[in-house]
Amino acid sequence: MNRPSALKMAFVHLGLSLMCIVTLYPVLWVVKMALSPTDGLSLTANPFPETVTFEHFREVLFGTDAEGRWLFGRQLLSSLVVSGATTVVGLTLAVTAAYALSRFRFPGKEGGMQALLVTQMFPATLMLVPIYSILQKLRLLDTLTGLVLVYATTALPFCIWMLKGYFDTLPRELEEAAVMDGASPLQVFLRVVLPLARPALAVTALFSFMTAWNEFVLAATLLNDPTRFTLPVALQRYVGEYKVEWGKFAACALVVSAPVMALFFALQKHLVGGLTAGGVKG
Amino acid sequence: MRRLLALALLVAAWSAHAADAPLKLWHAYRGAEEAALLKATGLFTQKTGVKVELLALPYDAYAAKLTNAIPHGAGPDVFLFNHERLRNFQAQKLVAPTTDRIVRGDYFANTVEALEVEGQLYGYPLSLKSLALYVNTRLVPQPPANTDELLRLLPTLSDAGQGRFGLAYESGDFYYHAAFLFGFDGPLFDASGRASFQTQGMARSLTFVKKLQDAGYIPQEASGALVKSLFNDERAAMVISGPWFAGEVASSVPYRVVALPVVSATGIPMRPFLGVEAAFVSSRAQQPQKAHQLARFLSMGEASRVRATQGRQIPADVAVYQLPEVRDDVLISSFREAARHATPMPNTLEMARVWEPMKLTLRAVLQGGTAPEEAGALADRRYRALHRERPPDASFAPWLGLAGALVLGGGVWVLRRPAAPLPFRQRYPDVARAAAYLAPAAAGLGVLVFIPFAVGLSLSLFHHEAGTYTFVGLANFVDILASRGYRITEPLSFYFTLAVTLLWALVNVVLHVGIGLALALLLKNPLLKLRGLYRVLLIIPWAVPNYITALMWKGMFHRQFGAINGLLVMLGLEPVSWFTRFSTAFAANVATNTWLGFPFMMVVALGALQSIPQELYEAAEVDGASRWTQLRRITLPLLRPAMLPAIILGSVWTFNMFNIIYLVSGGEPGGGTDILVSEAFRWAFQRNEQYGFAAAYSVLIFVVLLGWSAFTRRLTRADAEVTG
Repeated sequence: MNRPSALKMAFVHLGLSLMCIVTLYPVLWVVKMALSPTDGLSLTANPFPETVTFEHFREVLFGTDAEGRWLFGRQLLSSLVVSGATTVVGLTLAVTAAYALSRFRFPGKEGGMQALLVTQMFPATLMLVPIYSILQKLRLLDTLTGLVLVYATTALPFCIWMLKGYFDTLPRELEEAAVMDGASPLQVFLRVVLPLARPALAVTALFSFMTAWNEFVLAATLLNDPTRFTLPVALQRYVGEYKVEWGKFAACALVVSAPVMALFFALQKHLVGGLTAGGVKG
Repeated sequence: MRRLLALALLVAAWSAHAADAPLKLWHAYRGAEEAALLKATGLFTQKTGVKVELLALPYDAYAAKLTNAIPHGAGPDVFLFNHERLRNFQAQKLVAPTTDRIVRGDYFANTVEALEVEGQLYGYPLSLKSLALYVNTRLVPQPPANTDELLRLLPTLSDAGQGRFGLAYESGDFYYHAAFLFGFDGPLFDASGRASFQTQGMARSLTFVKKLQDAGYIPQEASGALVKSLFNDERAAMVISGPWFAGEVASSVPYRVVALPVVSATGIPMRPFLGVEAAFVSSRAQQPQKAHQLARFLSMGEASRVRATQGRQIPADVAVYQLPEVRDDVLISSFREAARHATPMPNTLEMARVWEPMKLTLRAVLQGGTAPEEAGALADRRYRALHRERPPDASFAPWLGLAGALVLGGGVWVLRRPAAPLPFRQRYPDVARAAAYLAPAAAGLGVLVFIPFAVGLSLSLFHHEAGTYTFVGLANFVDILASRGYRITEPLSFYFTLAVTLLWALVNVVLHVGIGLALALLLKNPLLKLRGLYRVLLIIPWAVPNYITALMWKGMFHRQFGAINGLLVMLGLEPVSWFTRFSTAFAANVATNTWLGFPFMMVVALGALQSIPQELYEAAEVDGASRWTQLRRITLPLLRPAMLPAIILGSVWTFNMFNIIYLVSGGEPGGGTDILVSEAFRWAFQRNEQYGFAAAYSVLIFVVLLGWSAFTRRLTRADAEVTG
């Protein structure tokens, strides 16, 4: 491959920098709102704050409710618990199901895969009414357990599809060799297949975590007690229909987005491989 | 005998336990109002020894939570709410009557009347809410008594170019406009109680307000936040708002509150809606006696005083105004005065049906799309379309027959199938293990995905009204597909919305793939400096939760203080009202969704590009193929198998991208930019909970997507044949 000319590289850098500016501009805007003192309403294109205050962050992070409870701490905890549990439960269910769909033959396999896809096409908001009644029957309403189960299962179809695609690309010979060496089927699964599928597992885990961390409509409907709210529901109170507190909203939005961004950056190497391996080779 | 004794003990223990159980009180207060309520319930506990457990709910979700929770026995004993929803609550049997318990004379007469439904009283009135005029006394020493005086004052106080206005209020909200409507003698309901829009008052009040706006006396598209900041910067001399606004006025602004002016043309005072906040006792309260005691306690006496002095609410009970600290409170007495002229907001279902058509009409007039004289007709059409008559009941019998025939046919088909060449065990040797691996996922999916899915599908055959479902067969589908109530080319008709949705999906997918692919091609060169940094920065939008993205961009498109208009002004252009025209509102939605969607396509394309063997390009170069030829003949064809599934997935996601539409444009203008999903959501949760109708919409969405996926399956199959 010959080295591209300096002029061409300059153009590539120019194009990429422009896109980066377009991408970052709204984010800077939010940072500005979070750091500016009043809910300033002047018409300006400048995305940098003129004066900096941490008042909004202080109120969002350390504010207490009328009964003196530190809500943010509890809500952060419940967000972490829900997202973590969703990841574990979702991944466990998805991995086993995807492996079975990739390796075993059984009746109704094709139909099952199609059925999974089909459920993705029914608008999720309309599933809300039946899900509410089912959780109520199971006495799981207004509990984090109920929320975890709902998240884990609604994310399942996508996770199963992705993992199955990846399993399909793994050569069967490795598993056959392990069986030859006397490994039990379970050992093959745990010791051979799972380590090989690490990139896809990482990406699936990231998606499960994100689903739970970011989801808002279900959480807002199924939970009542503000001490159990996940952070997106807590965020909603700053942008009510009749009153919008942009400063606090921005501060809270940054706090909510930060962990997902950190995870994204940590896992972004896997993202490219994990997402496309199935599609490209399959 | 022993058993019986044990049982009796158990029952005794249970009832003792029940007696100790705290009362559950739900509300949507915040700040000072919440603190005052907390104090008031504390007084109740002191007096009676009964504990009260408070739950503060987000206002937007409050009504939905009550209607969900109470019938399931998961609700509160007492809840605080505005009276305007009462009729709904009563129809769904959520509230207990208070007719024999309440002493009418304790409260202002119009507040008690507001809580009356079919001759029964429900709830205990707590406080009044209505609009009044906040006047900056530095700018306006003598408040206007009538609209002639107001019109004389406004020109000197306003300078739209400088961002100064004589008057500011949320002009696009019918709650505010109603004061003008009633002042211009426009009835909202005819003698039989049906909404009537085509009236003199409607046209005259709209003409008046439109003139105020065209002359630059009031700001366009004013939100609560804008009104607040204008008044606090002393750039708005007067503001129409309610008691809640007092807490938001900066201490540096000298102001007083007076009643709204008299409309000079009619001699009638502007009459705002009167809202009554009340403590309602749930029909499913565990301890009704104590619940009534609590609700009554909160509505008067000491609790009332606390709510007035600390919560800054305007009490509904008469006695509290004898106390000097309440009587001498200027704000409270001025609102009390202003409320004398207020029209109690009807608590009827009919009232609930007025909001959406009136909001659409009001905005259409203020945005200049409709003349004030034609507004009534527009509102009337919208009203009739949104207010669906209940379809006639249908009989189950043909459906049962159909289901029976299907089962029978399926059975015959299974039996008549040629027998498999191999026995089951041999054809599927590891079926047992497969079952073991699949069981947990299948159980979860069955309960929480497939059952709701099936229920959702079958709901489309029912009509839901006030908690009861009736079977109506295909009537919902007929109404949608025959576009009943709308012209086919009108927003809100199924076909119009479908066309918008398809356009939306197409434009977005093209932009996502185009931008994503272009960036991937730029980024693919491994020798590029800063490659990792670019990639990290460009992936950011994907990591931001999409409702945050939506709200963030909504702020950026704000007319008065959005960054986009800031950029336009910097470039010497006029600021744009983004959500008043279809083209700009649609563009705003697309810009938001493109921003959040291109990183996914970029990452997929990057992965796919990396898997294309470098040798192909080298060989092509040897053969003298140009860059363009290489892109067309090598890159694009080899990208196809990886990109196609991503594009299909992306198109389905975009088709159902509810958050962006709902939060960015909110369907403005006039429902034009709504897509099928947001339309379904509105029918389910904003238009009298017509779950059945919404489910029918969902089924149609589902059918469209099913057709699309069948089509794309062909594409991918053809693809597999070509490359494989």
